[in-house]
Amino acid sequence: MSINGKAYIAGAFEHPTRKATGKTIPQLHAEVAAGALADAGLESRDVDGFFCASDAPGMGGIDMAEYLGLRPRYVDNTDTGGSSYVLAVGHAAQAIATGKCSVALITLAGMPRTGPGPAGEGAFLTDPINPNVPYELPFRPVITNLYGMCAKRHMYEFGTTSEQLAWVKVAASHHAQHNPNAVLRDVVTVEDVVNSPMISDPLHRLDCCVISDGGGALIVVSPEVARDLKRPKVMVRGAAEAIKHLDGGRTDITYSGAVWSGPKAFDEAKITPSDIKYVSIYDSFTITVLMTLEDLGFCKKGEGGRFVSDGNLISGFGKLPFNTDGGGLCNNHPANRGGMTKVIEAVRQLRGEAHPAVQVPNCDLALAHGTGGYLGSRHGSATLIMERV
Amino acid sequence: MAESSEIAPERDTAPQWRSIAGKLLIQKCGGCGSAFYYPRVVCPFCLSSDVGWFECKGEGEIYSVSVMRRGEPYALAYVTLDEGPRMMTNIVDCDLDSIGIGQRVAVVFKDIEGIPTPMFRPAGPA
Ligand SMILES: [Zn+2]
Repeated sequence: MSINGKAYIAGAFEHPTRKATGKTIPQLHAEVAAGALADAGLESRDVDGFFCASDAPGMGGIDMAEYLGLRPRYVDNTDTGGSSYVLAVGHAAQAIATGKCSVALITLAGMPRTGPGPAGEGAFLTDPINPNVPYELPFRPVITNLYGMCAKRHMYEFGTTSEQLAWVKVAASHHAQHNPNAVLRDVVTVEDVVNSPMISDPLHRLDCCVISDGGGALIVVSPEVARDLKRPKVMVRGAAEAIKHLDGGRTDITYSGAVWSGPKAFDEAKITPSDIKYVSIYDSFTITVLMTLEDLGFCKKGEGGRFVSDGNLISGFGKLPFNTDGGGLCNNHPANRGGMTKVIEAVRQLRGEAHPAVQVPNCDLALAHGTGGYLGSRHGSATLIMERV
Repeated sequence: MAESSEIAPERDTAPQWRSIAGKLLIQKCGGCGSAFYYPRVVCPFCLSSDVGWFECKGEGEIYSVSVMRRGEPYALAYVTLDEGPRMMTNIVDCDLDSIGIGQRVAVVFKDIEGIPTPMFRPAGPA
């Protein structure tokens, strides 16, 4: 059974806040839920499926369902870090395709800039009950050096350069200048990136994403529900997920789980990478984008450096426009989890509602990909392919 | 000090595993013959619980490394042991600007919170 054509993304909402002083995380979940429902033209009583992850306060989805007044007959709290919300669209489509629900709400919210998230969130590197932690924590892995090791090995094997990585940030900044909500709106150059302070070799400060408060929500509905709604129709064509880990000490950190989730999603969608007009690629760091584009098949393995260079990811200029909201590198990274905003910008592109300066002409097929966790050790990957119909 | 045969590969084993100063122990599966890392009660390749410890030479090469530049610099690395598995560690006792992928390294035990912990330094004459 395939989900191709069995579900539609009917509502999408990105919280405009980047610094939510005075708000609470449940409040942000409520505001994004209301925003996405209003966008879809639906009401909270229409929701019969609720999808969230560990950024949601409380036990699974139970406490937030109560707070939001939901009565779901289908719940899914699958947590694969920042990729959870890309994965959730695929899971919602499965639930809808099998009749388990017809209006699915997916929410994300967090305030890493002004306050901590739920107690369990972000403890993956330090919780001693996590079996890998005692064997890793003494060596002080943090997010930046885990991603730094991927970039370093990629450079060693394929000749990738810091200047090539910098082009990912340059492209994101070109897009962010048009987004009034973006944390960083200044256009930067390759020189700006490689001359910014080194954080963890070979990643500079401008190779890293921003830290921001915020959130977002999506409404995924059945074809029957979609038929009566007024918004442009965005159909789910394919979705797949994977977990990649250290594999007992055999791992190769020059590729991500996208090598598994990508082909499965393309198979389900019955298209190939060359059909895609726009991509939202999780951009925790510049290296994340470069490796993911290779792994999804947009270029050959090892050629990502050349592929992202010279503005190839800039809308209106390059061959593969990406992250036209400015992405995590410039726009926002709510709850330190960027999967939600990846889907939201893809929906804007498919609806023709991106900023006119970055809107991709005739954008009928788009892909969103999430990488949750740590590229250099263990992470969840989720690929989603959508079509405007 | 514990003998290797006394080590139960559970989460509380890690300090004990680290405390076998001068010996770098990893595990091998009696079912499929695979060496693996990090230690645990089952083989990650076949889920057999017939897993035992063996002592590594304590040598290998740097698979990847990243030097954290915020605060006092330190080098996080994966070292590919000559016995096969890669392990997360730190590269120490050297100029951090001089180390690179492919470099031969040898184990050295460093005190972390009172426990000798396996890290690596460039191999060869000091
Ligand atoms: Zn085995």
